[in-house]
Amino acid sequence: MKVSKCLGLILVFMFVIAGFQAVPAMAEDVYKIGAVFSISGRGAFLGEPEKKTAEMLAEQLNKQGGINGHPVKLIIYDDESDATKCNLAVKKLINKDKVPVIIGPTLSGTTLAVVRVVERAKIPLVSCAASYKIVTPVEKRHWIFKVPGSDRHVVSKLYQYMQSKGIKKVGIMTVSTGFGASGREELLRLAPKYGITIVADERYGPKDTDLTVQLTKIKASGAQAVVNWSVGPTQILAVKNWHDLGMKIPLFQSHGFGSKKNLELAGPAAEGVMLALGKVNVGPLLPDSDPQKKVILAYKEAYEKKYGEPISSFGGHAWDAFNIVVQAMKKAGPNPAKIRDCIENTKGFVGQHGIFNFSPQDHNGLSEKDLVMVVVKNGDWALLK
Amino acid sequence: MNDTAQLVQYILTGITVGAIYALVGLGYNIIYNVTEVINFAQGEFVVLGGLVMVFMTNTLHLSLPVGFFLTVSVVTILGALMDKLTIEPIKDANVLTLIIITIAVSIIFRGLAMLIWGRDPYALPAFSKAPPFTLFHAIIQPQALWVLGITTIVVILLSLFFRFTMMGKAMLACADSPEASRLMGIPVKKMVLISFVLSAAIGAVAGIVITPISLMEYDRGALLGLKGFGASILGGLGSFSGAVIAGLILGLIESLCAGYVSSGYKDAIALIVLLLVLFVKPSGFFAGKRASLKKF
Repeated sequence: MKVSKCLGLILVFMFVIAGFQAVPAMAEDVYKIGAVFSISGRGAFLGEPEKKTAEMLAEQLNKQGGINGHPVKLIIYDDESDATKCNLAVKKLINKDKVPVIIGPTLSGTTLAVVRVVERAKIPLVSCAASYKIVTPVEKRHWIFKVPGSDRHVVSKLYQYMQSKGIKKVGIMTVSTGFGASGREELLRLAPKYGITIVADERYGPKDTDLTVQLTKIKASGAQAVVNWSVGPTQILAVKNWHDLGMKIPLFQSHGFGSKKNLELAGPAAEGVMLALGKVNVGPLLPDSDPQKKVILAYKEAYEKKYGEPISSFGGHAWDAFNIVVQAMKKAGPNPAKIRDCIENTKGFVGQHGIFNFSPQDHNGLSEKDLVMVVVKNGDWALLK
Repeated sequence: MNDTAQLVQYILTGITVGAIYALVGLGYNIIYNVTEVINFAQGEFVVLGGLVMVFMTNTLHLSLPVGFFLTVSVVTILGALMDKLTIEPIKDANVLTLIIITIAVSIIFRGLAMLIWGRDPYALPAFSKAPPFTLFHAIIQPQALWVLGITTIVVILLSLFFRFTMMGKAMLACADSPEASRLMGIPVKKMVLISFVLSAAIGAVAGIVITPISLMEYDRGALLGLKGFGASILGGLGSFSGAVIAGLILGLIESLCAGYVSSGYKDAIALIVLLLVLFVKPSGFFAGKRASLKKF
């Protein structure tokens, strides 16, 4: 009895405190920005740095006087990587918190689950998830934008590089998950455009323990290069097996390989592996003439100082989404329709993942030019010319 | 690369992978032989073996033999705890209840592994530093030889244990008739405990030897468990030599299918073979009549 009474009292206090906190937020001069990230659940490794980045940026912005003198209130909800909870969170942001714009969600699945909600409510949403389906068909995605690039860009970048090196026959190996299937689709679809023939098309499960067979088949097929498309342990296995088989042809990886952790796991076997990455991953390596270098280094320094952990490409997505929204609000104020128009007309925005040029036909704003080719050298990334 | 080299490569890969399935299958068989329970946490023992070894090697920087010994001990203790805390206290349980308990335990182990090690995969250095070498133009990783060698040793030791020691024979007796064994003065509870200890130890060994090849992460257990289960069914539940041969066959089917048919369907093909065997010969290929699925 006593315990439940105590709990009851605590609850009452919490409501009172929450009520007090809500009062200043009601004030008219505050600009609200809603955010939904997958801070827990299977997408936590993506949502966590996104949340931290958004919180840090909001704090910085308010220190500098907010948007045109209006302080910014960032309201973040955790969707627990669950489409239903994401749907509820977005509805809560729109109906209860009455935000004029939303950044996130983190995952492609959760984003697609809220497309209809935001389209109906006519609230602009800038997603941090990658699937091209989020912004296609663009006529039905009037209010929806996304900041990560698409698989199409990564594949185009790889194929362009191969073309410049005279590689014409390629063997691909992809994991049998959504990520791998999407990559495989683009690898097959874009190959003819770059004069490339796919001579081997191998697949494997996300929990497979050995990829020697797939690589042996590719080796026998006469391919001049291997492309592996997966995340998790299989992308390390691909590197190890490729190295152990002593394959003389280069190994290209998807952008999923772009984490230092993978280099540690793969060790010396990873030397020479190539991939296309967003510039945010290789900030310090960029030439000083690169307009993105300054913003990436500033973000890197602030984030690493505040949280004591390295930046990630995922946090970079939140950075892009947040700042694109803030730039739009500087012109549009807290009006959803005007914010949407401003985002759609954003040109030459220098972000972490590229220089964004949105248009009514393109709600992503990136292209393969925003990626750089990277090679593993002495256990670290190095830029390829 | 010519056709022979390709074939040899597929076979070598298949045997290596198959040896792991065999080890997991053996773990199922030991517990099944004594209790008729199918321990679905067997795959988790493999994962724990790999991850505890990662802790011993990468965090504590222990040498290989010391780390190996400590890891097997730790996982063995977990196996004993599993029996003491979840299997033994259940009075008058039927086999199905106990099987469901093992599924629960596997989920608990997986959750704990995720809490302790997170979701990232971990790597271990290979046991010997030697570079890969070639055989008929196919390439062999030295670690694959370790896997095969250690599997062989485990199989020999187990066979000797069950054939020539009093304790081994007593364990087999429990499987035939717990009641009669009890009347003969065999401590059945102790035998069940030993079966869990042995299975956990074998699982841990399997985890330690494959982690340098395949890496290890917290949720690898379910699939390894499934494949190992396939091996023990294919070979006939309860038959040790059957599990080993069937494990190797399963590995070879997978690898050859991936090589000559389609890598996308290799798991499906392996499972279809398993289903066909269950339709045609439910007792498995290598088991006597005694070991057919008694309770189901």
